[in-house]
Amino acid sequence: MKTSKKINIISGLQRASGLFLLILVATIFTLLSDRFLTVSNLTNIALQTSVVAIATIGMTLTMLTAGIDLSVGSIAALSGALVAGFMTRNNISMPLAIALGIAIGSSLGAINGILTVYGKLPPFVSTLAMLGVARGFTLVYTEGRPISGLDKTFTFLGSGHLGPVPMPVVIWIAVLLILFFILKYTNFGLYIYAIGGNEETARLAGIPTNRIKVIVYALSGALASITGILLTARLWSAQPQMAAGLELDAIAASVLGGVSLFGGVGSVVGASIGALIVGMLGNGLNLLRVPSYYQQVIKGVVFILAVIFDMYAKRQAKK
Amino acid sequence: MSDIKEYLLSMKNVNKSFPGVLALDDVTLDILPSEIHALVGENGAGKSTLMRALSGVSKIDSGTIYWKGKTVDISQPRDAQKLGISMIHQELAIIPYLDVGKNIFLGREPQLKVSGVIDWKKLYQQAQEQLDKLGLDINPKTPVESLTIAQQQMVEVAKALSMDASLIVMDEPTSALTEKEVDALFSYMKKLRENGVSIIFISHRLNEIQRVSDRITILRDGKWIGTSEVRDLSQNDIVKMMVGREVEQSTKKQAKPSSEVILQIKNLSSGDDVHEVTFDLHKGEILGIAGLVGAGRSALAEAVFGSRKITSGYMKLGHKKVKFTSPKMAIEHGLGLVPEDRKAQGLFLNMAVWQNIVIAGIKKTTRFGFIRKAETQKISTSLVDRLSIKTPSLGQQVKNLSGGNQQKVIIARWLSLKPKILILDEPTRGIDVGAKAEIHNLLKELATEGVGVLMISSELPEILGVSDRILVMKEGHLVAVLDPELSSQDEIMQAAAGSKDENIKED
Repeated sequence: MKTSKKINIISGLQRASGLFLLILVATIFTLLSDRFLTVSNLTNIALQTSVVAIATIGMTLTMLTAGIDLSVGSIAALSGALVAGFMTRNNISMPLAIALGIAIGSSLGAINGILTVYGKLPPFVSTLAMLGVARGFTLVYTEGRPISGLDKTFTFLGSGHLGPVPMPVVIWIAVLLILFFILKYTNFGLYIYAIGGNEETARLAGIPTNRIKVIVYALSGALASITGILLTARLWSAQPQMAAGLELDAIAASVLGGVSLFGGVGSVVGASIGALIVGMLGNGLNLLRVPSYYQQVIKGVVFILAVIFDMYAKRQAKK
Repeated sequence: MSDIKEYLLSMKNVNKSFPGVLALDDVTLDILPSEIHALVGENGAGKSTLMRALSGVSKIDSGTIYWKGKTVDISQPRDAQKLGISMIHQELAIIPYLDVGKNIFLGREPQLKVSGVIDWKKLYQQAQEQLDKLGLDINPKTPVESLTIAQQQMVEVAKALSMDASLIVMDEPTSALTEKEVDALFSYMKKLRENGVSIIFISHRLNEIQRVSDRITILRDGKWIGTSEVRDLSQNDIVKMMVGREVEQSTKKQAKPSSEVILQIKNLSSGDDVHEVTFDLHKGEILGIAGLVGAGRSALAEAVFGSRKITSGYMKLGHKKVKFTSPKMAIEHGLGLVPEDRKAQGLFLNMAVWQNIVIAGIKKTTRFGFIRKAETQKISTSLVDRLSIKTPSLGQQVKNLSGGNQQKVIIARWLSLKPKILILDEPTRGIDVGAKAEIHNLLKELATEGVGVLMISSELPEILGVSDRILVMKEGHLVAVLDPELSSQDEIMQAAAGSKDENIKED
């Protein structure tokens, strides 16, 4: 009885810790800088966060199945470059170019899933390989140079506004709502949690675990593509080294948002809160004029603390 | 063909081979409607292979499965589910983070009009109905991880029932349950039988089989040995059929323990799990530790062995006060621990038998840091012989050995260090009858040679049959010290579970 209460408190903490941390970080920066808590800065944070947040949602899906996707940054860069190239080099119309870019991103994700499920590779390995392959293709395709000359209708996706809200934020919210609905109300969503909780049990319950995992990696690839396209639109060009290290931000954001590295626990709302923490941290440290090299160190330390907490919560739950 | 019609399930001439092994050799299993049918055999006899085929997890090579008189093809779990066959696995098939309702209907969630969208209201309603049917006072929205093992088991039963199963396979459902919980499970099983459900009951515990089953089928080495009314067979008959030979009755231990105290535990506490425990272990004594799951027995063993913090109290080895801060220290002082979960805590499954045996004493076999292979082979050969560990070679990977032989490998590891004190946590859980008797005899032998043995066990016949004295733990406290010659299973249970009123409060 005592232990079960303890579990509830800790898993509750694990779920709420993201929000708590977000408020803590916001409070600290508000106290340290009078430029932090302003409408324009908060809009700015939302904008900076949105790109990472979309990739984080994809990452969360793979982490919920007890997997991981290290290739999100490379897939983002490749999709961004391809979409930019399709439009400027091949004169393909914007909607078709975007559709193609997302299709290619999800195919690469599906390959990750197939290698993991049928190739029986640990996702760490298959997606690490994809990280190299997709980045390599990006460099080949761009010949190491930015692709620019993008149309205004396209760059609107990255730098335009819908009312007062930046477009990337609108898209982030839309993605968040759709995946929230899927995870909460559909079989598919429940099965993602089930697979992360105990894959063998899920399989024995007649759940098509292999197919679901492949779809999850494909979704992660698709969301990475969207990230890359938005980034390209925001930068007005596709940069070959764009989104390098995105996977680290996405994993950190997921863990900060209460998504377990061991699968089965977490939510896309939590993941988005985690992404906000990462975004806010970057923004606040900039306001405080902390050199960006130190920012890396601080982010790393925060990430480790979050993982330690996750492991601790897991151990407590086991007892 | 008329006899096939009267059976609910009939598996005829089933064959299945794995590379190098004929796992099922022309096996037949007939299950009547509304019966509890025990399926027994030593580990590796083919029970699990047969049940995996029945539940669609793996396919048979040849043979026919008749269901209600008709030939059926079961090639995936869904096929079995659709027929009304449901399986409760030995390792609980639940997803700890999900709640009870989600677990019960996993893979079969009621849908709203839009397919793919779950009707949560209906799901929890139906889950509640299933729980009510079993008389379980559990909220369907409780996360499963916060339930007791017994409650989790009942959730599994509810899951099986919700599938409208007419045949439920229960693979060792009692291995993690306390006596009281077993009683409850058995009365549910009988209720199910009255409602027309048949149950295939797999268990190593013969007295449980005799208590609850109607008929029994015995397998050995992948072959069908016999099917009979349970009441027509004695335990000895069953064992003989399972093992294929007379099992040596475990001999009574010869020597009485000496008066010399080798381990003295005084007011020992460890966190929330062990409170102020005091006892002595004598040279040559087997001290049984009984109690319910979660009574702090394993925690006590870990504390003594240095793998868990001692928060107060002390222990003395001989006349010397000692404080172990790590298992390494405990081992250097002549202690050995055979842990509860042999696969997770005891063995290097992918390593060879000899490596598993010599690993704790590897320093003795090295010269200038290099392992002397000849020495390791000598040590492991002698132990494999002494414990009659059945393995094709010393180089065999431990994962390919049967549970009993795996357990012996762990014991051999400690014997290679010539321990003064050996702690065993559930030494015969999931081990077949033959190997069990051998391990019991081995423990007695060791005690006769002067080793002090601390044996934790949830099996009361084992506790009563092997121990010189019995300690009973409850909620971290040592609540009774009993003499096995003068005590009954009931007395141990009474001490371990306390009065009924207290138990209800605890829930």
